[in-house]
Amino acid sequence: MAEGFFSRGFLGRRRHTGGDDNLPPGQYVEDGFPVLSAGPTPRTPLEEWDFSIVGEIDEPKRWTWEEFRALPSEEVTKDIHCVTKWSKLGTRWEGVSVDTLLDGVETAAEYVTAFCDGGYTTNLPLEDVTGGQAWVAFAYEGEPLEPAHGGPARLLVPHLYFWKSAKWVRGLRLTAYDVPGFWESLGYHNYGDPWREQRYWGD
Amino acid sequence: MDELRLDGNAAAGTLGEVFTFEATTAQYACEGCGRADQIGAAMVYEVRGLGTIVRCPSCDNVLIRLAHDRGRYWMDLRGMKYLQAANFAG
Repeated sequence: MAEGFFSRGFLGRRRHTGGDDNLPPGQYVEDGFPVLSAGPTPRTPLEEWDFSIVGEIDEPKRWTWEEFRALPSEEVTKDIHCVTKWSKLGTRWEGVSVDTLLDGVETAAEYVTAFCDGGYTTNLPLEDVTGGQAWVAFAYEGEPLEPAHGGPARLLVPHLYFWKSAKWVRGLRLTAYDVPGFWESLGYHNYGDPWREQRYWGD
Repeated sequence: MDELRLDGNAAAGTLGEVFTFEATTAQYACEGCGRADQIGAAMVYEVRGLGTIVRCPSCDNVLIRLAHDRGRYWMDLRGMKYLQAANFAG
């Protein structure tokens, strides 16, 4: 079996699905890391940055950058899948698990809205950002996350299409009701499971 | 400088798919800061494969959000107090 001897890169820049169990339907492997942005790149100074948990919570939580970086973090290696059909396999991130951020939080909320510098939002079920499925990531491939890719910190939810991994994230709002975010309110699928190819409303 | 940002004339083709009038010379006022100008002077972010976002050059407020899939167009024009265009075909 060739894949045991050669790296993915050797086999070619693009590989479509066709028996590759690692790729969701309709995706191809991308060597680069495309930057897609709906607005100017935010440049919040770290001394002004904070991360908050607000909404359906008795006492909102807030961390400054120093406090956030003092939290336990972990390195994870994940495949990521963009709705525009590119995927990157084996990407390496370091971040704070959302489980850590929600530790001790009691809430009746079933949904979260991630809110970000620049006004971007995305919505997810609470159960999709807990149980080891989501991080607030501050490093990519061993380096501090670049602003173009969402630095200083972005949400990372690799089991869903990458528009859910909100760049420049500043907090999570716990909500009783599901509130479609920036792309979800513009025709994109409310949930976004790449393995069921949920790209658009009605998929 | 954000190299992914273009001026409003870059959106002429995309906006022309949904509007019968010449969108780049249409006049708008921003719901955010009140600035009045032509769409052609606004900032456009063509988010490759996702949609077209038009922002106010003064305050970055989103003026127009536009996406399409499989023959459906989704439009959000809430960022403008008004949009005024001349009907040259009239």
